[in-house]
Amino acid sequence: MPKTQTYTLNMGPQHPSTHGVLQLELELDGEQVVKAIPYMGYLHRGIEKLAESRTYTQFIPYTDRLDYVASMGNNLGYCQTVEKLIEIEIPERAEYLRIIMTELNRIASHLLFMSSLAIDLGATTGMIYGFRDRETVLDLFDMVCGARLTYNYIRIGGVADDIPPEFIPATQKFLGDFPKILEEYHNLLTGNEILYYRLKNTGIINGKQALEVGLTGPCLRASGVDYDIRKVESYGIYDRFDFAVPLGENGDNWDRYIVRMEEMVESSKIIAQAIAQLPEGPFMAKVPKVLKPPAGDVYHRIENPRGELGFYIVSDGTTKPYRTHVRRPSFINLQALDEVCKGLLIADVVAVLATLDPLMGEVDC
Amino acid sequence: MSSQILSSEAISKLQAQFPNSISMIGEGCQQALLIEDSKFLTIMGVLKNDAAYQFTMLSNLTAVDYLDHFEVVYHLYSLNLKHTVTIKARCPADKPAIWSVMSIWASANFQEREVYDLLGLEFVGHADLRRILLPEDFEGHPLRKEYKLSAQDERRRVELCLKPRHTP
Amino acid sequence: MQEVIGLFAISEILRGLLSQYFSNPQWIDLFMALINLGGILTVISMSAIVLVYAERKISAYMQVRIGPNRVGPWGTIQSVADMIKLMSKEDIIPDSADKKMWILAPVLLFIPSAAVYAVFPFDRQAIFADLNIGIFYFIAVASQSTLPFLMAGWSSNSKYALVGGMRTVAQMLSYEVPMAFSIVGVVMLTGSMRMSDIVAAQQHGWFIFLQPVAFVVYMIAAIAETNRAPFDLVECESELVAGPFTEYSGMRWALFFLAEYSNLLAASAIATTLFLGGWNGPWLPGWLWFFLKIGVMIFVFMWFRWTFPRLRIDQLMTFGWKVLLPLALVNVLITGIGIYSYKLFS
Repeated sequence: MPKTQTYTLNMGPQHPSTHGVLQLELELDGEQVVKAIPYMGYLHRGIEKLAESRTYTQFIPYTDRLDYVASMGNNLGYCQTVEKLIEIEIPERAEYLRIIMTELNRIASHLLFMSSLAIDLGATTGMIYGFRDRETVLDLFDMVCGARLTYNYIRIGGVADDIPPEFIPATQKFLGDFPKILEEYHNLLTGNEILYYRLKNTGIINGKQALEVGLTGPCLRASGVDYDIRKVESYGIYDRFDFAVPLGENGDNWDRYIVRMEEMVESSKIIAQAIAQLPEGPFMAKVPKVLKPPAGDVYHRIENPRGELGFYIVSDGTTKPYRTHVRRPSFINLQALDEVCKGLLIADVVAVLATLDPLMGEVDC
Repeated sequence: MSSQILSSEAISKLQAQFPNSISMIGEGCQQALLIEDSKFLTIMGVLKNDAAYQFTMLSNLTAVDYLDHFEVVYHLYSLNLKHTVTIKARCPADKPAIWSVMSIWASANFQEREVYDLLGLEFVGHADLRRILLPEDFEGHPLRKEYKLSAQDERRRVELCLKPRHTP
Repeated sequence: MQEVIGLFAISEILRGLLSQYFSNPQWIDLFMALINLGGILTVISMSAIVLVYAERKISAYMQVRIGPNRVGPWGTIQSVADMIKLMSKEDIIPDSADKKMWILAPVLLFIPSAAVYAVFPFDRQAIFADLNIGIFYFIAVASQSTLPFLMAGWSSNSKYALVGGMRTVAQMLSYEVPMAFSIVGVVMLTGSMRMSDIVAAQQHGWFIFLQPVAFVVYMIAAIAETNRAPFDLVECESELVAGPFTEYSGMRWALFFLAEYSNLLAASAIATTLFLGGWNGPWLPGWLWFFLKIGVMIFVFMWFRWTFPRLRIDQLMTFGWKVLLPLALVNVLITGIGIYSYKLFS
């Protein structure tokens, strides 16, 4: 009997498919993974510390830099937390605009997920198609706030500016094209045998385990746990919209992919409803120039494309927060990596990493 | 159905079960249960496993430096009963240590490591308490109030962070 | 017309020219051999340049992009610019590498991929060495390229490179078997391993119609042999960075690249010869037909590459041993029965 031993493979921080600067220490037996330990912190900027020396309004641009492919969600989470603290009413129009923006951003984010999954599996063409259509959404944001990635659009008390008149027709055109776009993806990727066999029954995590390791968002729902904060908390005005929460069965890579693809459809439904109901009126509440929230602490969570995004703010009654903490879904979802990767091959680690979809800007905060 | 804050009956039932260990602070959405150190893990275990509470999800875990003491904040959520609760626990500034809840909620792992890393709180009973975001040889805990941001220090720290962090 | 611009006719004209300067026929033969050699090497090195450009343009077309469009008209000399860049790059040899093996690997890889060109029938009578075991020679020489991959992987002293090298050995060895068996069907029909015989046998009907299964098996195995997507597990940049080539840079890396495209051309040339009738075709000169068919085959290879995701190593092995090999064997059996019953009834 020949003697075998395991070896460690240092994957990242400079590796094509670690989605940024994640370092994975893989202990391998041949090509099989025995252990996968993530090391992060390469992108740590100390945003929580910086928040302590910024005013409440000044911190909004920093939230853009957390989950930088879904910045609208970050803006929304932070602003709603502060609004909860100072208890202000938001104008109806602003609420609807917020919903439209965050849901558009969810589509953009999931398109990016699909693209990166495709390229991690070697389907380069799938990536380009995803990026092509994400571009349309980014152009819509560009129209609204002049930025394509870091929006700083949702503000405490409303939104930064009203939408330009060409925004609604452009969005409706995108929504009209969206079923065709999705069908193209399904033809190119979902219907592909190789993709199916690469993803199906790999990286399985059942609902109980998923809850145990703290998975949230599409990853948790792919394991069959019905937990969508848009439904359970109905923050903002989400209770006014009719949408389903797509659930998976096995919690494998395939389910995580399909759940996100279906979520895009649901998001487009929400946007269509929000556009139909969009009222006229002011887009910003009367908010004092200098914000001095009462002393106290508040926790608020929203459903971001990557999971439960929570903000915990402690106010001491001054213009600057005493402590700001961000509960980052990507960071906590990474805990599942070791659990999921055990016994898989190197190629599957890449697939798992793509379907867990951590974003290093958010992981490292 | 939108989720609710843990009802006051349930809280008083819990308080009756553990007299003198649980006190209520704050009100409205800021309402929280402050738990004494001695029965901390027992109460947390009850909150997770008792049919009346079923807090299966540890949504958020963080800590705040109040100069004279540290306050660890837990935000729990029950998937079945759809209610939330905020738990707080305190430890003195000169003895920054608290029980780890990793044995109850495994998902506390990274969050406790993060608090350990950035605030320097010892989590007793944590299986793998190492720095998570900062380099191993980083001095100080940035989220403590005594840690001031200054330009020169920042430059030195940036240089430190540029070094490779971990080589197996 | 066909006679004038056929490769054989050109070589006859050259031979006539040379005979004016040299009286000794051996000198003329030597010069002709050198010219042929130079021609083949030019084809190989030019093919890489042309194919890289073609690949980039084709992939761009498939991916709703434009592709290279800055250097030269429609970016046509982009590949030349890339080549100059690669040549002028610093030659980095890793400290911990096994230097002799490491330096030798790309050179050794290039040799077999160039050597297989000896048996390709470019045109009527235009074949460098018309061996009676032409096909056998191709399989034997082409399989030599397995070793340099392992050499490169092992000597780089990098784990990514080693895993990549190991994968190469597993993949290329297992796909050589179905490939050889798919070719057996054609050889049975012709009764000869000589390339010119095989092409001559297809004057009235291409073997792709008689051996469709063998063609499919050959195509799949050839993609795996040339390490192209969806079988590019050797390099697979999203897992192993670049596999055995991870530590190489500049011209040494370019040699791997050259060998890859030369292999692609070789695989297409063999497919053309065995299944698509080689240089047979009306109106146009034979070598033009040959290169046209090669072009179509290369387009199909590129089409595959830019459409499919990559397989996993275990799926790759399962597919090779459990699907392709039985299929090729059944094909051989059916071909045998077919030939026997044809003889019986005619």
